[in-house]
Amino acid sequence: MTPPDNDPRTEPFDLDYAPAPQSTAVVDIADEYGLFIDGDFVESRSGRTFATTNPATEEHLADVAEGSKDDVDRAVAAARNAYEGHWGALSGRERGKYMFRIARQIQERARQFAVLETIDGGKPIRESRDVDIPLSAAWFFYYAGWADKLEYAFPGRRVAPHGVAGQIIPWNFPLMMAAWKLAPALATGNTVVLKPAETTPLTALLLADVIRDVGLPPGVVNIVTGAGATGAALVDHTGIDKLAFTGSTEVGKRIQRATSGRRLPLTLELGGKAAHIVFDDSAVDQAVEGIVNGIYFNQGHVCCAGSRLLVQESVAEEFTLRLKRRMAVLRLGDPLDKNTDVGAINSAEQLRRITDMVDAGVAEGADLHQPDCDLPERGYWYPPTVFTGVQQSHSVARDEIFGPVLTVQTFRTPQEAVDKANNTPYGLSAGIWTEKGSRILWMAEQLRAGVVWANTYNQFDPASPFGGYKESGFGREGGLHGLAPYLRAAGRVA
Amino acid sequence: MSATAPFIPTGAGSRPVRVAPVDEVALEARAAVLCTRSIKTTSKRAALHLAIRCIDLTTLEGADTPDKVASLCQKAVRPDPSDPGIPSVAAVCVYPEMVGHAVDAVAGTGVAVASVAGAFPAGMSAIDVRTADIADAVRRGADEIDIVLNRSAFLAGDLGRAHDEIATAKEACGPAHLKVILETGELGGYDQIRSASMLAMAAGADFIKTSTGKIPGAATPPTMLCMSEAIRDFADQTGTAVGLKGAGGIRTAKQAWHYLVIVGETLGQDWLTPARFRLGASSLLNDVLLQLGKLDTGRYSGPDYVTVD
Repeated sequence: MTPPDNDPRTEPFDLDYAPAPQSTAVVDIADEYGLFIDGDFVESRSGRTFATTNPATEEHLADVAEGSKDDVDRAVAAARNAYEGHWGALSGRERGKYMFRIARQIQERARQFAVLETIDGGKPIRESRDVDIPLSAAWFFYYAGWADKLEYAFPGRRVAPHGVAGQIIPWNFPLMMAAWKLAPALATGNTVVLKPAETTPLTALLLADVIRDVGLPPGVVNIVTGAGATGAALVDHTGIDKLAFTGSTEVGKRIQRATSGRRLPLTLELGGKAAHIVFDDSAVDQAVEGIVNGIYFNQGHVCCAGSRLLVQESVAEEFTLRLKRRMAVLRLGDPLDKNTDVGAINSAEQLRRITDMVDAGVAEGADLHQPDCDLPERGYWYPPTVFTGVQQSHSVARDEIFGPVLTVQTFRTPQEAVDKANNTPYGLSAGIWTEKGSRILWMAEQLRAGVVWANTYNQFDPASPFGGYKESGFGREGGLHGLAPYLRAAGRVA
Repeated sequence: MSATAPFIPTGAGSRPVRVAPVDEVALEARAAVLCTRSIKTTSKRAALHLAIRCIDLTTLEGADTPDKVASLCQKAVRPDPSDPGIPSVAAVCVYPEMVGHAVDAVAGTGVAVASVAGAFPAGMSAIDVRTADIADAVRRGADEIDIVLNRSAFLAGDLGRAHDEIATAKEACGPAHLKVILETGELGGYDQIRSASMLAMAAGADFIKTSTGKIPGAATPPTMLCMSEAIRDFADQTGTAVGLKGAGGIRTAKQAWHYLVIVGETLGQDWLTPARFRLGASSLLNDVLLQLGKLDTGRYSGPDYVTVD
């Protein structure tokens, strides 16, 4: 059939990339980190610290100050001073200058940020290098541009900042979430107390270093590290004028309860259980690629992860086969290796949660498939997983797993796809895969999800608003829409 | 894939093959990711050797002479005279007029002789003339025949004719293996490349090949990925494994490595052999040799330390 191998010196060829680790020489992790309050790194009043570890190796990285109620007090007071003393009255153009400087510094120190993000959080260096860090810089660039143009953003209305914004961010995109929160707040003239997640505080603290280097006035951005109690102290603090939270729906609900009865503007960006809807006319290989990126990107630690695949029944078998074949070549391992596709699970706790939920799926009768892949001995790892034979009532199809776990269900008609996709308490995102443009538009109108991607997935841009329906939260981040939550109406233009 | 996707006829008695649509943006994005795969020392040597073993060392000039071809053949058999550990290339690729000279030069070495034929590179001659050209090259001793797809028929929508002409060419090849050049730069998009790939395979191609090397648009990572996906579909649907040949503009070892990655991750390691993967090139071989030298000495020496041909 094909020409014979003509070379007698045939060597078997194994497409083995050999380790290609990113050098870690660019980062210098200190033994201890303080809180960033009023332009300086300070110890916690309580003197308490917590450890942050590398989830890929379980290696101890640093001890980080745990912010107490007192520390939150100090940070809020510093932010208040900065707001009333200087920042609140500063012109938009001047605010923008600081932000452009931050953006450029992130770019200049991109390698450092990327390596640190990967060490502290476990995500593949390819993702922190190509996604997290460039987008973080882009967010500052974008909102820096708005800083002196707010009067054009809301024509006919005067707007004013709220004052001190409290912001709590998750561990899945540590620097990027900090950028998503800080950039619009600073552009609109607010000052900030930011609480990073306890498993991934290091890039936020490196960002504090950048903020100090660019000469941002003390107190404009304060970073208080800690766990849930620190976050709760910030939520409960009466000195904040605005609160923004990204994280789990469960904590979001608690925050909403805790802040009810206060005149506290709130935005919540919470969980999701996004549907990927694949029609029989889709560009099948690219759809498979999009599904794989949609769920295994960042180990599935993505609130808008496409965790439910709905595939038209006529092509389901073939599509699932292609999906499994693609999964077989995913490269799981050392997150610092440039060839790694799937990195480490962020924490032991998250690994336990994923394991429990997958076990529940198996117990409910769904068919589990995981490609053969060797998990490293140390660290927190979970293989890419797909469940077939899943029904709408299965817990794995209903509850957010926040891990590399995909469920596959089928549908017969576009209406059935819409019904199944919308049948969830969440509504953050959805994906449509079809070559038919009219169907994309119809589906996008029917889907109750804040973001609908067509023939692509997980595309982010600072100019594009992002946020949820229903239990996925409210308020938008990104774009013109992302300015609104940080501004209050201050009358009409005369 | 779908009831609505186009089908390619495969002649009487056999089932038509289905053609999946291609999304340009996502295809290019995937190809770009594959081109970031990093390769280090140990794997690099094996990959460079494989690249050499998969080369169709090519000269396709009106000015080709018997001596030029003899020189090329010597280089094909023994790419680096100072290092017998360097394997021979897969084949030399020449015009039909030069086949006899090439056959004499590589006799007994294991290097195959490939000939372009069928009114290469345009293919704009009567089918009888093209068939005669193929038969002539085979008679002269060519082991492999590279022909072009009838783009005129394909683009005019006459898929049946484009298909049947390849089937005719396949018959004319007899024992020789048939590579069908799609000339992807003239097809106008990835959907067409994928459907032309399916058409050529359905008509009996042993290999599908990107380009003649005679026009600007040639092998690119997304094109090679698109064709690899078509080959995988064809193998799924018919059980027949068809080879892939990239040609045109492949000059560096790094490009060769990218193509090995694309094929390896899409079609699997079974395709990483000269029996199923070829790179048509002339200057690539020297860059690979220089890169091998760099592995040994740590220095990329320069063009005067390898032979021109």
